[in-house]
Amino acid sequence: MRTIKEINAKIKKGEVVVVTAEEIIDLVKKKGAKKAAQEVDVVTTGTFGPMCSSGTFFNIGHSKPRIKLGGGSCKLNDVPAYCGFAAVDIYLGATAIPDDDPRNKVFPGEFKYGGGHVIQEIVAGRDVRLEATAYGTDCYPRKKLETYINMKDLNEAVLFNIRNCYQNYNVAVNLSDKIIYTYMGALKPKLGNANYCSAGQLSPLLKDPYYKTIGIGTKIFLGGGIGFVAWQGTQHNPTVKRKDNGVPQAPAGTIAVIGDLKQMKPEWLVGTSMLGYGVTLTVGIGVPIPILDEEVVKYAAIRDEEIYTQIVDYSQAYPQMIPGSLGEVNYSQLKSGKIIVQGKEVSTGNLSSYSKAREIAEELKSWIKKGDFLLTEPVAALPGAESGYTFKPLKERPIV
Amino acid sequence: MVSKRIVLHFPHRLVDQPIVCKLVKEYDLQFNILKAYVTPQEEGLMVLELTGKEENFNQGIEYLQSCGVKIQPLSQDVIRNEIKCTDCGVCVPICPTGALVVDLLTRKVHFYDNKCIACELCVKICPTRAMEVHF
Ligand code: SF4
Ligand code: SF4
Repeated sequence: MRTIKEINAKIKKGEVVVVTAEEIIDLVKKKGAKKAAQEVDVVTTGTFGPMCSSGTFFNIGHSKPRIKLGGGSCKLNDVPAYCGFAAVDIYLGATAIPDDDPRNKVFPGEFKYGGGHVIQEIVAGRDVRLEATAYGTDCYPRKKLETYINMKDLNEAVLFNIRNCYQNYNVAVNLSDKIIYTYMGALKPKLGNANYCSAGQLSPLLKDPYYKTIGIGTKIFLGGGIGFVAWQGTQHNPTVKRKDNGVPQAPAGTIAVIGDLKQMKPEWLVGTSMLGYGVTLTVGIGVPIPILDEEVVKYAAIRDEEIYTQIVDYSQAYPQMIPGSLGEVNYSQLKSGKIIVQGKEVSTGNLSSYSKAREIAEELKSWIKKGDFLLTEPVAALPGAESGYTFKPLKERPIV
Repeated sequence: MVSKRIVLHFPHRLVDQPIVCKLVKEYDLQFNILKAYVTPQEEGLMVLELTGKEENFNQGIEYLQSCGVKIQPLSQDVIRNEIKCTDCGVCVPICPTGALVVDLLTRKVHFYDNKCIACELCVKICPTRAMEVHF
């Protein structure tokens, strides 16, 4: 029906028709998929949730005399960062925490500050304290470096998240008789609450369930700036069971994303503390779906009530790797605030902000309408539902 | 009958006086202590739920004030930092009083501070630590 090239031509002429992943639902309901596909060029999606496999690369520039951080150690605001590269490249992971953080010694640990918070401070333009040690070489003699760094002075600051944007996620509950603290939040005993983490009908990969348009090279909204899909995310699991509409019924596809941190904004990269669990980064991502044909628009119009996920016990089943589900619910039920689990009414909470996901979809829509954001053709596809690509558990082997 | 939650600030000189007991004996009020602290500045701080006839309630409050106790409505106790809140909603099922509610239309999370009893359960579970305790 239309190509990405044609869509870009319309964007440049200011004639493009863009709607959000929510708006397309009503449009398809009112006018039918065929008409909607004719009228709409792009559907924008969004999601804003904690994504632990996130982090940033920094190149801090060379000091005088030179220092080689590779093989040494380094900290940013007391948070350890990885520097096992060349001389002055550093990677700061979202979940890193200072060595002297009490962790879970006083349970549940508060995890007030860590990598995610440092990233947010750097994006906000604040000075961050760098402390590094090295062993010294003839060409890089210096052994110690202590300085403030600021994003504007860095050569590169690149957000590179190896797994983001889960296509669907579990609903977490607690069947035990004591409260537990998880990455899905605090779960009260005996099915005291049920926490989920997805933007449902706004979430990028749920609106393109077979990755027909989203692939490696797709340009996206990332942390308030522009990024790209770099690869399939780790733990990409496209072969899970799907409903007839193609939507996976459990956590499935993921994407790795990359983008220039210097254009990003602190309101879309938020340092986050999970009580008793750790620190992470809440990341805002929005992906445009080019409406290439009627099939694509049908998928883009999938509603919350058509997206199902599994309820999982996080007191036993999850930590012990015991497969199984306590039942299946859809996002419309989850969003109503109450679901039924084992005959009991349970209140729901979302870790992923739906209202912010909506803001992201709107923001991306306005970028495209204004002509500030052209779409890209993917250069390679993500491994698909028939690819045989799976997410394997660890096979442990005794060390001899 | 009225039932209100209030925060009492006791100056240092009043900390060891049996002031609150008088509310029961002389004003026929019932109370629940929700929280009690002595701050580092040695000011006493108590969060009470006070129940009784309106007339007695008002007289009881007057009595407390006449002793030099400062009174503050409880809603100022836990406040939400609106800039930090991302409207995720993970606090909603944790709040025992329904003070945190998702607006079904906007999907934003409302904080009804008049319903808040300052139990502070939401304070540490909020991923961005947007719920702040203020005294
Ligand atoms: S948990 Fe915190 S950030 Fe999330 S809605 Fe509640 S107050 Fe806002
Ligand atoms: S302090 Fe307690 S009552 Fe107040 S909003 Fe938080 S959880 Fe609800």
